[in-house]
Amino acid sequence: MIPTPDTSHLTNADFEHVYEPAEDTFILLDALEADAERLRALTPRIAMEIGSGSGCVSAFLGAVLGSTTCLYLSTDINPHAALCTLKTGGQNKVPLEPVVTSLIGPFAKRLHRAVDVLIFNPPYVPTEDEEMTDAQAGRAIEGSWAGGKQGMLVTERVLCGLDEILSEKGLFYLVAVKDNDVPSIRRRMDEEYGFESDIVLQRRAGREHLFVIRFSRKASPS
Amino acid sequence: MVRLITHNLLACHAKNCTQTKGFPLAFNDVRVETKEAEFNADFLKSFYERKIDWDALVGAAKQLGDTSLPLERPEMVDDDFLQLLHHVLLEIHVEEGEMICPNCKHVYKIRDGIPNMLLAEHEIG
Ligand SMILES: C[S@@+](CC[C@H](N)C(=O)[O-])C[C@H]1O[C@@H](n2cnc3c(N)ncnc32)[C@H](O)[C@@H]1O
Ligand SMILES: [Zn+2]
Repeated sequence: MIPTPDTSHLTNADFEHVYEPAEDTFILLDALEADAERLRALTPRIAMEIGSGSGCVSAFLGAVLGSTTCLYLSTDINPHAALCTLKTGGQNKVPLEPVVTSLIGPFAKRLHRAVDVLIFNPPYVPTEDEEMTDAQAGRAIEGSWAGGKQGMLVTERVLCGLDEILSEKGLFYLVAVKDNDVPSIRRRMDEEYGFESDIVLQRRAGREHLFVIRFSRKASPS
Repeated sequence: MVRLITHNLLACHAKNCTQTKGFPLAFNDVRVETKEAEFNADFLKSFYERKIDWDALVGAAKQLGDTSLPLERPEMVDDDFLQLLHHVLLEIHVEEGEMICPNCKHVYKIRDGIPNMLLAEHEIG
């Protein structure tokens, strides 16, 4: 059992501005733990979490892989989240490197097909598109959930760019809910972009049916 | 924590720089802290071989007042060299300051050890 990262340094005041670890966070931790052997076997050198929020997931990945074996980059559009991520890294002795930006922003050029482990627990709740746009522009806690049509508008941008980001053997872990239409995401990633996928875990939590999907490049036929 | 390992991976992503390198970002007006980090030779070796832009690293280190690295990218990776690399990549933290794009001069602020690289709507490429 790898313990859940310590977030006792974060207060209720922090969680007024930053997404507090919840069921979606915990299923992602459980999926990373279930995949620990696979992750270690990859000897990843560059990990990136998009939307790191409290930093709980990146700190957990650091506990799975070890604090010195890999560079732990993360991004969030919410400056308060980046600060919490930095502190959570310190609290759990994993050097986390948060950057305030949208998606992979300023890393895109230098990390072309170089990210070994990519993680995203996105704003996946279906909302009006306008609510999603406002939330993205607001850079505050609303950006943690508002996902626009089918809850997919932010996730979609990452899926489209995945081929540019992920290294040859890289793994991408994505949290999704039933409303996002998981079978269609997986089919499209396979047919249009050449990524195979597995559902690492799924569970029902309250009203949500949560999934963690793992994507990797299909072995090219030789 | 803006350490040089991360700086080496950041490029300008503003509108005028989508077709250029916008790299490396130049440090300006910085406050630096040195903090000890745990050494891992395997990590450093593979990161060095795979990802480091040498000229950018040497230049950035110099801007932060560290001139310990050789100007030419060493072919021989021995333990002494890895120790140097370890310090420069992982132990120098830029806590406050800014990073400026060599091409469009966009200024990215660093506060509390975190770079703010968000772009306003009209700056997005
Ligand atoms: C559901 S929360 C997940 C937080 C944390 N990773 C966890 O699992 O508890 C989604 C996070 O993504 C961030 N986010 C939303 N849109 C983003 C974007 N375009 N780029 C980067 N981060 C984004 C939010 O600010 C929020 O912190
Ligand atoms: Zn620029």
